[in-house]
Amino acid sequence: MRCGDFRTTYAEDMAIFDSALARGLLAALLVLLVLLPLLATGYWLDVTNRIGIAVIAATGLNILTGFTGQISLGNAAFLAVGAYSTAALTARGVPFLIAVPSSGLISALVGMIFGFPSLRLKGLYLAIATLAAHFIVEFTVVHWESMTGGVNGIGIDPPKLFGYAFDEDRKLYFPILAATVAMLWFAKNLFRTRVGKAFVAIRDQDISAEVMGVAVFRHKLLSFAVSSFYVGVAGSLLAYQARIISPENFPLGVAIDQLGMIIIGGLGSILGSVLGAIFITLLPEALRLLTGALAGSFPGLVQLFASLKLGVFGLAIVLFLIFEPDGMAARWHRIKAYWKLYPFSY
Amino acid sequence: MDFFLQLTINGLVVGSIYALVALGFVIIYKSSGVLNFAQGEFLLIGAYFFLAILENARVPLLVALGLTVVSATLLGLLMERLVLRPMIGEPIISVIMVTLGLSSILRAIVQGIWGTDTHPFPALFESSPIQIGPLPVSRGYLFSVVSSAVLLLAFTLFFRFARVGVAMRATAFSQQVALSMGISVKHIFAISWSIAAVVSALGGVLLGALRGGVDGSLAVIGMKALPVVILGGLDSIGGAILGGLIIGVLENLSGGYLDPYFGGGVKEVAPFVVLVLILMVKPYGLFGKVRIERV
Repeated sequence: MRCGDFRTTYAEDMAIFDSALARGLLAALLVLLVLLPLLATGYWLDVTNRIGIAVIAATGLNILTGFTGQISLGNAAFLAVGAYSTAALTARGVPFLIAVPSSGLISALVGMIFGFPSLRLKGLYLAIATLAAHFIVEFTVVHWESMTGGVNGIGIDPPKLFGYAFDEDRKLYFPILAATVAMLWFAKNLFRTRVGKAFVAIRDQDISAEVMGVAVFRHKLLSFAVSSFYVGVAGSLLAYQARIISPENFPLGVAIDQLGMIIIGGLGSILGSVLGAIFITLLPEALRLLTGALAGSFPGLVQLFASLKLGVFGLAIVLFLIFEPDGMAARWHRIKAYWKLYPFSY
Repeated sequence: MDFFLQLTINGLVVGSIYALVALGFVIIYKSSGVLNFAQGEFLLIGAYFFLAILENARVPLLVALGLTVVSATLLGLLMERLVLRPMIGEPIISVIMVTLGLSSILRAIVQGIWGTDTHPFPALFESSPIQIGPLPVSRGYLFSVVSSAVLLLAFTLFFRFARVGVAMRATAFSQQVALSMGISVKHIFAISWSIAAVVSALGGVLLGALRGGVDGSLAVIGMKALPVVILGGLDSIGGAILGGLIIGVLENLSGGYLDPYFGGGVKEVAPFVVLVLILMVKPYGLFGKVRIERV
């Protein structure tokens, strides 16, 4: 019987799975996820697809904000860069498998440009610099009509692989799932490497990191690049899923939503990005169900839905920050620790 | 030349309101080191509240304004006590997020009560313009410039001479030292939040009167004031004034002259382009306190 974490080698300490059981459970979860399209309706597959995209984007943001400590309000902009790159690339006949990573790379490049101020800025000032990035990208998207279609938006052909078109949510589910799993796997491993540990060192104390031989600016830029790559890939998948994108898909609220995801999920935790993305994406759906159920007795509720959604989102963030600042991931670990020692948990 | 002058004057007017909103940011930042992203919503609530009092209670203008000030004070106190106080000592990202969450909640409340339609503002000023030199300037513009100037002057004096103002500056300098000098840091935070809420509410009323109506887009001014505070320096009142005027003029000039080439919207983005440039060259703004750290 296990009664605690007793790691005796460095290899054990570095391992992703601390037991064969955890590995088995994850495999079972994956199998379940692959089988999900057999069970779920089209609407819920649309929701799961959006969750997958949100997970990728939130993981990207968490790499930058949670692990490297650079606050970014520009995520909606990087998402837009990814989505519009995909639109432009597919219009020129670039296949799906190349368009997605290239959109990520373009987004990474833009991310590095706006990461440059991080050389001299931190904290609030950096947050505002990335906010400026958001407005500048938005302006470009609206006014570069030949490339982006301006305010009217632009259409994207469904992705094709070996002649097979992923033209509905049920089919698109699989590439999104594959991308999400691959990106999570990469992120999890990133923080077992030298570069990942350098990111964490910069977050914890940038001056000590520099003293210990971490090239701070280079790693900050790298973090911006990796993070925007993730967000760009998410944007690319979003473009394929939405089929028509316009500036309205990328308001500042999206960036705030994603910050909410990593705050509620847990800063500096891959699991946290996943949990937070699921929570924030499902929150409006749960509200929709609830208002739908109560619409009979409170008919005014339907008109209030938009503001209700906004208010509950804000309330969730404020309450989490006050009562559970380390997020859902920390709560999960605490629950796990409790049961590990179960009858003697004190 | 007339076009240039007109743009400059419009810019100065808008800039004086930006300065007022920026003042709200600066007061909170100066005393507690928090940047309040819900400032735009404070503007919105102030304007709506004024309107609601005016429409429902049928009281004179000044009484309505007084009631707005009182309720804004209460709002500021409430926000500080319920939301910001538990955040003392938390990392900066949490504080940013809590004000962002707050802005969502406030916006939801405003939308829930007043909806999303534009509410017409009563005409507070006579429509006949006043001649200043060769240019006609509307009374509303003049009034907003003058009242912004008065408020800004009052706060500059307040921070220099009033006991509470000095205590607020001391708190900003070092909370520990302030505590050991017998200053209640909690009270200072509460005071600064309510002052910021009052200033923003007044700004909201002025903006509403200038635009002739209130809707959710008023809150965007809160975001627009960010370049202003960065340009002026986050902890400088003089910087907020000068920054507000510069950004206001700049945005109007760039909008006036560049819009034909870009097809509109330059006004919205120009302040942010300037913002990025300032941050790269002079990260602490014109008058901000420089923290030198070389890594």
